[in-house]
Amino acid sequence: MTPVESKQPGQVSTADAQRVFREHVERLMDRLYGTALRLTRNPDEAEDVVAEAVAGAWQRLDQLKDLSHLDGWLFRILHNTFISLRRRRWCREDREVSFEQEIEDDDTRFSLFEHLHQPFLLWVGRPENDFINRFLEEDLRNAVDQLPGPFRIVVVMVEIQGYTYEEVAGILDLPLGTVRSRLSRARGLLQKSLWQQGRDAGLIGTSTGFTVGERR
Amino acid sequence: MSTPELSCEEVIERLFEYLDRELDTVSQHEIDRHLERCYDCFSRAEFERRLRERIAATGSQQAPERLKKRIRELTG
Repeated sequence: MTPVESKQPGQVSTADAQRVFREHVERLMDRLYGTALRLTRNPDEAEDVVAEAVAGAWQRLDQLKDLSHLDGWLFRILHNTFISLRRRRWCREDREVSFEQEIEDDDTRFSLFEHLHQPFLLWVGRPENDFINRFLEEDLRNAVDQLPGPFRIVVVMVEIQGYTYEEVAGILDLPLGTVRSRLSRARGLLQKSLWQQGRDAGLIGTSTGFTVGERR
Repeated sequence: MSTPELSCEEVIERLFEYLDRELDTVSQHEIDRHLERCYDCFSRAEFERRLRERIAATGSQQAPERLKKRIRELTG
């Protein structure tokens, strides 16, 4: 497969663009895969999303005017690839979100900080920071992966990829207010899930956040 | 003319937008000023920042060799 043969005068040659592309993809591989895995929660599907996104980007490399935007462009294509592959499923999950909005409002307002922070203990340490530090990366992955799809994707796009709300709204074709609301609810759910995992792992006492213990 | 200082409730309400850099410069600075003098809100902001760093780290995971090979073939 070969992208366009030539560039305008003053631009990098096709061969140079292809070389830069390969180098960037190589360097970004773990991030592309990790992001795809958070989105899909399925290793095989994540591989397909990455491969399809890279193939699409490779074929359209001539459309990228400035190679310094290559990383952002690749991740945008990755997200678009995921969305188009899963569009049918998203419609179903969107309905699930509406249902959850009615029944889980307490969870979506959950604040880990408010459960853990002990102002009168400031002179001996910060239990909330100990709590976060003692989580394994796998615990955090699980918490992200447990989010319903439409909530998960906004967390991935904003917290992992650093997109603005407006960019997310554009890519997902959603009103800005919906992005804000999903992000806010997703954060509540994520923090509630971490709280529960922390309790299960023995990181906190069962009745309050007073004790931050060693991991069991 | 100086703007009135924000209350803790107002800062907490907008904290995620602040951390996401979604606020205008004036609002961003108002929260900066509040965090300089309110240790409780500062602690909360630091906690949310730290949590976000750990969440952001979940976006990277070692790609399988099979995928790397597939990509090399696509771009070869």
